[in-house]
Amino acid sequence: MVAVWANQLLQGVMLGGLYTLFAIGLSLTAGVMRFVNIAHGDFIVMICYALLLLTSLLGINPVLATLIVLPFAFLVGFVLQRFLLQRVVGENVLLVILVTFALSIIIENGLLEGFGADPQKISGGWMETATVALGHGINVGLFQIVTFVAAVVLVAGLDLLLYRTGIGAKIRAVSDDVNAANLIGLSSVRIYAVAMGITFVTIAIAAGFVSIWTNFDPAAGPIRLLIAFEVIVMGGLGSLWGSLAGGIVLGVAQAIGGQFDIAWQIMAGHIVFLIVLALRPQGLFPKY
Amino acid sequence: MATTAAKPLLAVEGVSVFYDKFRAIDHVDIAVGSGEIVSIIGANGAGKSTLLKAIIGQADRVEGTISYDGNNIVDRSTEAIVASGIMLVPEGRRLFPSLTVEENLRLGRDVGRKGEIGFADVWRLFPILQERRRQKAGSLSGGQQQMVALGRALLANPRILLCDEISLGLAPLVVNELYTLIPQIKNRGIGILIVEQDIERSLTVADRFYCLLEGKVSLAGRPAEVSRDLVMKHYFGL
Amino acid sequence: MAPRFILYCLRAGFAAAVLAMIVAPYLFNANHLVLLTEFMSMLVLAIMWNLLAGYADIVTVGQHAYVGVGAYAFFGFTALLGWNPYLSIPLSGLIAFIIAIPTMGLVFRLRTAYLAIGTWVVAELLMLAAGKLVPWGAGSGTSLPISIILEFGRARADRLANIYWLGFGLAAVAMLMTYFLLRSRIGIGLTAMRDNEEGAAAIGVNITYARILCFLGTAPFLGMAGAIITLQKLRVAPPASFSIIDWTVFIIFNVVIGGIGSFEGPIIGTIIYFVLRQYLAGLGAWHLILLGTFSIVIILIEKRGLWGLIRRVLPDDLIPIAHKPSASFRPAAKAATKAAIKETAA
Repeated sequence: MVAVWANQLLQGVMLGGLYTLFAIGLSLTAGVMRFVNIAHGDFIVMICYALLLLTSLLGINPVLATLIVLPFAFLVGFVLQRFLLQRVVGENVLLVILVTFALSIIIENGLLEGFGADPQKISGGWMETATVALGHGINVGLFQIVTFVAAVVLVAGLDLLLYRTGIGAKIRAVSDDVNAANLIGLSSVRIYAVAMGITFVTIAIAAGFVSIWTNFDPAAGPIRLLIAFEVIVMGGLGSLWGSLAGGIVLGVAQAIGGQFDIAWQIMAGHIVFLIVLALRPQGLFPKY
Repeated sequence: MATTAAKPLLAVEGVSVFYDKFRAIDHVDIAVGSGEIVSIIGANGAGKSTLLKAIIGQADRVEGTISYDGNNIVDRSTEAIVASGIMLVPEGRRLFPSLTVEENLRLGRDVGRKGEIGFADVWRLFPILQERRRQKAGSLSGGQQQMVALGRALLANPRILLCDEISLGLAPLVVNELYTLIPQIKNRGIGILIVEQDIERSLTVADRFYCLLEGKVSLAGRPAEVSRDLVMKHYFGL
Repeated sequence: MAPRFILYCLRAGFAAAVLAMIVAPYLFNANHLVLLTEFMSMLVLAIMWNLLAGYADIVTVGQHAYVGVGAYAFFGFTALLGWNPYLSIPLSGLIAFIIAIPTMGLVFRLRTAYLAIGTWVVAELLMLAAGKLVPWGAGSGTSLPISIILEFGRARADRLANIYWLGFGLAAVAMLMTYFLLRSRIGIGLTAMRDNEEGAAAIGVNITYARILCFLGTAPFLGMAGAIITLQKLRVAPPASFSIIDWTVFIIFNVVIGGIGSFEGPIIGTIIYFVLRQYLAGLGAWHLILLGTFSIVIILIEKRGLWGLIRRVLPDDLIPIAHKPSASFRPAAKAATKAAIKETAA
């Protein structure tokens, strides 16, 4: 009995790693540019389909495919911010919400037209089915562990980037005071574009893992956005490590709810989110 | 209009700056040479900060010519202007509060020109900052923040330094300290354009001055050559 | 004077259209009447979303929650409890209002985009919860019993007419409510707040009160619209009653294209939606792609939408909301300003 619950808990924690991957990019843009890209989840799905093309049409293995996609992802994010979103960034959040919302719908339906509504999945080969036995009847999927480790590594890496590099200092400066940055010759337009590019790299990494973890279809974007959103709000806006904590909380909540059925799995996540919002609206590790 | 004998490093010629339809600066001519301290005085709303923003490339609509080192920089990006040697110490310091002192200073070095001024010079000028280099800039006192802002600007190795109301909100003793640094900066051959509401302070340190009234230059000359009464008249537009 | 003439023509046209809508069941055939009823529901949803996003600065992407709640409440009152169907409509609005209270308590802890997505989370949760309700058919939903439908009229023509008038009535009340709200102190405060939140607070506009009022005020209308939609769809089911595409996505696109933050925008946007739907019906996913793209283009060109573009030419709104100084005040004000300018120039 203990083993069953321990397994569930562990699954939840590992799931939290996946959820952290979804959220980390959203946390960066929310912290730096102070807006939430409603199409975030849809971009994850879009890259899943790109990876599908690379792996199925060209027969490239998933890891290599993800690595190939990374620089293109950076470019997409950079261009998206520089030429579309930059035009609506500013005091009026309404426009950003509307534009990214419209983008979300366009991507979903574009993918629907292009690929059809059937769920897809990329095979992870041996890594997907291998399990690691931790003793006392507790088992964990190898792929799940790798995903969790990747999440931790990514959070640490972004932390390093932001706090130990020149570009990181510039990103933090722009996020502190965008007008002051412009006044001293620090081009906020360019920095925002770089930050979005970095976000899209994290989106590509998230896509790399989630395309193997579970099925995806054109309509899978919104649920990914809602998960990322709940993770960053619970973790505390602006906190990278908080996202990891938020992810784990959400993952565990879903794992417990998932004991009953899939609807309860998702509902449990939403309910825990609302409870945290009610009791501790600033999140677990708030920055602001 | 008083100018230096040699061609000035920075020459604002017939410049007007608009906010939508409102003309904030009206056909203004200003010149700053290397190693020269030029003061711009004027009441609130006279257009002083707007002028500096126009020079640094942050004004929306500018007519006229701003010539720097022989080139017209009116259409250049702030990034390019700063990289070529004009740096602003913004009104209200405008440091990045969550970054450390050292990180704020380093930004100045990153955006600026290659030159001789380095961290050693800044630590020598502001020893207290060296002590507090790892402290978050937001936790410093007003005077210390102003030092960081100045240090940041100096690390950009400017040939022209624009100072926007550096005495604002600071205690007189602190301002005294800051103003002793101005001649030291001048001695490095840097041209300094100081915008101040405090007439006494800025005229004491300046080689030349301009008085702005409602967007126009109402008086210009050398501080020694004009009476305080005349300056007051043109400051207030009486 | 030409723009003013056009304005008066438009106003006359609008008045004529309203009259036509009042007697619509006598003017239009059954199919068109069904379409018009649908139009009325969509219009209510558009007006409500516009009130929140365009005036109260509360962007939501979760209003489909209350439509679904209204639908399910209506089914509960009529099919399960057997109460009077006509009365059940405002009761459904009441249930939506009750659900809105704790929702507001939660999502108002967030701001801007976070608030918007928060409303989406609530909508998702309510939809999933609805799917657990066995008397309502759980995940696959169930049909509205024929007996309920017949209470709106034995003959089909009567039914369609009555349901239409309910829809029209709701739309009319929604428009009147919005009109009077915007012209009231609260409305002026909202506009002030929209332009400059700090300034508005400084002159005593109670922002929190205004936002609460708007958020809670829209819920009953959304709920009642949900009830009327159920009367047309004849079913309740989680994905249909809580459809984000139908009750949020399309609504947002319509208002944005028509003109956010104006009285006329939602009307124009909803009309365009129905016109486009006739032509784009067969395009499936392209319909949404085109609407989405068009929305982005409109936002980038003129964020006040098509009505904003029209307004660049017209001297005044179709339905004047802004207060103007009274006729006796105007000449005095002009003279005073002239005198003041003369003094400062001297």
